This record gives sequence, C-alpha cells and structure tokens, in this order.
Amino acid sequence: MGLRNIVDKIKPTFSEGGKLGFLHSTFEGFETFLFVPNTTTQRGSHVRDCNDIKRVMIVVVLALIPAMLVGMYNVGYQAGITEIFPAFWFGFLKALPTIIVSYVTGLAIEFAFAQKRKHEINEGFLVTGLLIPLVMPVTVPLWIVALSTAFAVVIGKEVFGGTGMNVFNPALLARAFAFFAYTPQMSGEAVWYADAKTGATALEQLGSTGEMQWSVMDAFIGLIPGSLGETSTAAILLGAVILLFTGVASWRIMLSVFVGGLAFAYLFDAVGMTEYPAYYHLLVGGFAFGAVFMATDPVTSAQTNCGKWIYGFMVGALAILIRVVNPAYPEGMMLSILFMNALAPLIDYFVVERNVARRKKLIKNVK
Amino acid sequence: MKLSKNFTNPLAANNPVIVQILGICSALAVTVKLEPAFVMGLSVTFVTAFSNLVMSLMRNGVPSRIRIIVQLVVIATLVIVVDQFLRAFMYDVSKQLSVYVGLIITNCIVMGRVEAFALGNKPWDSFVDGVANGLGYAFILVLVAFFRELFGSGTLFGFDVIARFGYVNNSLMLFPPMALIIVGVIIWVHRSINKDLQEK
Repeated sequence: MGLRNIVDKIKPTFSEGGKLGFLHSTFEGFETFLFVPNTTTQRGSHVRDCNDIKRVMIVVVLALIPAMLVGMYNVGYQAGITEIFPAFWFGFLKALPTIIVSYVTGLAIEFAFAQKRKHEINEGFLVTGLLIPLVMPVTVPLWIVALSTAFAVVIGKEVFGGTGMNVFNPALLARAFAFFAYTPQMSGEAVWYADAKTGATALEQLGSTGEMQWSVMDAFIGLIPGSLGETSTAAILLGAVILLFTGVASWRIMLSVFVGGLAFAYLFDAVGMTEYPAYYHLLVGGFAFGAVFMATDPVTSAQTNCGKWIYGFMVGALAILIRVVNPAYPEGMMLSILFMNALAPLIDYFVVERNVARRKKLIKNVK
Repeated sequence: MKLSKNFTNPLAANNPVIVQILGICSALAVTVKLEPAFVMGLSVTFVTAFSNLVMSLMRNGVPSRIRIIVQLVVIATLVIVVDQFLRAFMYDVSKQLSVYVGLIITNCIVMGRVEAFALGNKPWDSFVDGVANGLGYAFILVLVAFFRELFGSGTLFGFDVIARFGYVNNSLMLFPPMALIIVGVIIWVHRSINKDLQEK
C-alpha cells in the first residue's frame, strides 16, 4: 500500500536520534491513527476482551452523534427555520467552528504534553473535544471555547498525569470554567439563540416562573433552547442505548442517577417546593445528557459496583437539590457531577473497607 | 549559616509559601487586588522580622515550658501595632484586609520561624531570617495578586491596563479557587526549575 510505504520511509526521521526525533510522539500518534500497530507485548499480556481505549472512545463519539445532529437541527429551528434540511445546515454552520476550536486547542495541548513527557499520544481527548461544544450555548464566543478547553486540559488533566489520571471530568471542567469566568456569555436570556431572538431556556423558565412555554413533547424531542447537545432527551436516550448495548458505560450509574434525580424531584414535588411535574426535570436542561455521558465517565466515577450505586444516586439527588433550592444555579447537573467526582474515591474507599471488614468477620466466624 | 544564604534561601529555594506550604489561607484571601496583597506582605514581613528579633534577644531568659505563651504575647503585640498603623494611615486598605491583619497572629510562618530559627540563633541572624521569610511570602502574594487583578479586573494597582483594549474580565479570577490554582501553577513551575524539590 502506498501510504504504508510513505509512513515507513519517513519513520527513521522521527525515531530516536533522527532529525525530527523530538516529534516522536506526534508521528506515532498519526501512525497508529492510520494503521493498527503491529507491535506485540513484550512481557505477559492481560487480554480481557477486544476493546481498547481507541474503540471505547469511538463508541462514545458514535453515541454522541444523534444528540449532536438533533442539536444542530434545533439551532436552526430556534432561529425560525421550519424546513428540516436548511435548519440543520444553519445549525451545522453555527456549531462547526466551536467543535473545530475545541478539538484543535485540546489536541494541540495534548500533543505538546505528550511530546514533552515522551509519552504516547492518548485517545482520551476524542470524546472530551466533542463533549465541550455539546455542553455550551451555540452562541458562545470561540475564544471562550479555546480558553476553557485549554484550562480543562492543562489544570483538569495534564497536571494529574494525563488521560486516565484526572479527578474531574475535563469537559465539565471546561463548562464550569466558562460558566464562572464568563457568566454573561454562558447563561441568562441572551445566549441561547443563534440570531437576534432572546429568551430564557426551559430550565430557567421553570426555575423562575414554575412553568415553561414548550410542550412536554417538544422538550422530549429537543425543540427547546439550551446547550447544543443537551436539549433532545430522545436522541440522548438513543446514545444511552448504544453505550449500554456495547457495555461501554455503566448501567448502574446511569440507572441510579435517574433514580436519585426522580426520587428527589418527587420529594420536592410532594412537599410543594416545585409547581411542575417531577419528570420535567429529566426532560429540560442537562440532566439526561449529564446522566448518560458525563456521570458515567469511567475515569472520574466510582469504580466499585456498590460505590457506583451510591455515586449515581448522589449525582441525581444533588442535581435536583441544587436546581430547586438554589436559585443562583438553575442548572445543578454540572455542579453535582463535579462534586461527586471529587467524592468518588472516598466512596470507593469506604466500600472496599466495608468489604474487608465483612470478610475478616467471616474468617473469624469460621475459626 | 552564611548571612547572604540566610537571606536568599527563603526567597526561592525554601520559600515559605510554595515549598513549605505555609500561610496559604491568607494567600487565597487577600490576593484579589495588588494593593492589599502588597500591604499584607509588608505587614507580615514586619511581624516576622521583629518577632524573630525580640524572641532571639529573649531566647536565653525564657523557660522552655512557657515559651509558646511568650511568643504569642510578642507576636500579638506586633500585630496590634501593625493593625493600628494601617487603620491610622491606610484606612481603605485596612478595610479591604478586614480580619486578615488580625489573623497574622495565626499565620504559621511567623510562629514557625520563631520556633525553628529565632530560639536558636543570634538576634541579627534572626532578624534577617524574619525579613527574608516575610519577603518570600510577600513575593508570592504579589505574584498571585498580579495575575488575579490583571486577568480578573484588567487593572494593576487600580490602573486600567488591558481593559481598554477590549479585554473581557475573567470573573473566575476573583474567586478564591483560582488563587489556589495559581499558587499550584507557581509551585509547578518552581519545582520544574528546582529539580531537587521533586518527590520521587
């Protein structure tokens, strides 16, 4: 094959001691992107199944695509375009720059760090780079996207040692950075429409007036203003099916987030703190998106099975708690997931400790 | 220890804030603007210098069992002097610093230097050590405040620097978490320069 020959021919230039040896990681990144590496493990190998990071990441990207496509259509729809294709094209052109900026910034930083540390380049950013544009308003200025991506990758990930070492979900960290640093550009009434129209999101309307102007069906399909990927609960559920069917995301976490959220939503409904049906919470704002794509991040969530139940329940419950009780933050999902990310290791610690104690007791009884 | 080494060591290689991780609380609280950070740094320098000097002079007369109480009396007196001075001559800054001037008493750097250095060294050496540690603290405070004021408000010492070029203020810089992150980045840079500080 022609491409193989070209890659082989320029390989010595990029290898150790070659003229461009310092670009070793970048070259290797592109080579493994083009071809499956033919190297084999030197010591004992531990094969569990045919999945590797690359395949897992691609599955998540595939699962994100329905939400992204509906989100793009919705941008055009909110701008007043009724026909399907022109509306989608309008939204596509609005969203494309944010996606490009997020990928270029993040990958440039990842490559630079991999180069400096002589690591191989990791695929972790493939998902993060797509998640970041999906959790931001489509009207967000591009420099904010670039800045928050850079912050999330450097402070959220590289300082901890890169992919797989991060404490917080990088995409959510990017959103948190943008939200707290540039609040007027990230929330409020002016940012959710790609043209001159303004108005609050369904979530903000619910928070301030107790009702929303859209029907439940609109909210389910995703024809409400909001961040690019979060509006369509239907498309997110399709993504959830893909993730669960391939076993990439933990069903325990996903289920327990919904259980925790609904439990608290019905609780607040029962004591009369909310004036709308409890299930509205699952349809508006980022609850469904966060539950399916953010809370299930295998790196930052709890690792033990029992811990996953606790973690998921707390994520859902805290999100509704923040939404209902704290009027300053109409969207509680981001804060609750970040908070539980920080607590996940603690949950795991106690689950493991309890297990150890239980088994010690067992041994004692046998004796 | 040589006097010059005694002076330069706390400024960089053994900085109280970024190496010994002392005095972090006030570094987060008073660094939103440069002016209060600057005044706070100088106040702490004054207190560390003179508490070290006084305790070093008394070091042979104070029984070891009551030395902590004596130290506290000395430090508290100096802090009250600083507080009254600020209220009299720099009222606005004193308002901004609020309780943090009084809290210099609890700043670990002050008592740490008295315990670790002044009780075992001659007055002049102790004085220099106090000044150097205070300045090392002040340097980090000013550095953090520089970034926070520049990017959070677009100003330096209240003068418009980059806001006039259409800079959009980053309000996260005004929150304490960002001060913690900036201190962390300074530590990161410092350790990548001084390789002997890196833990294995």
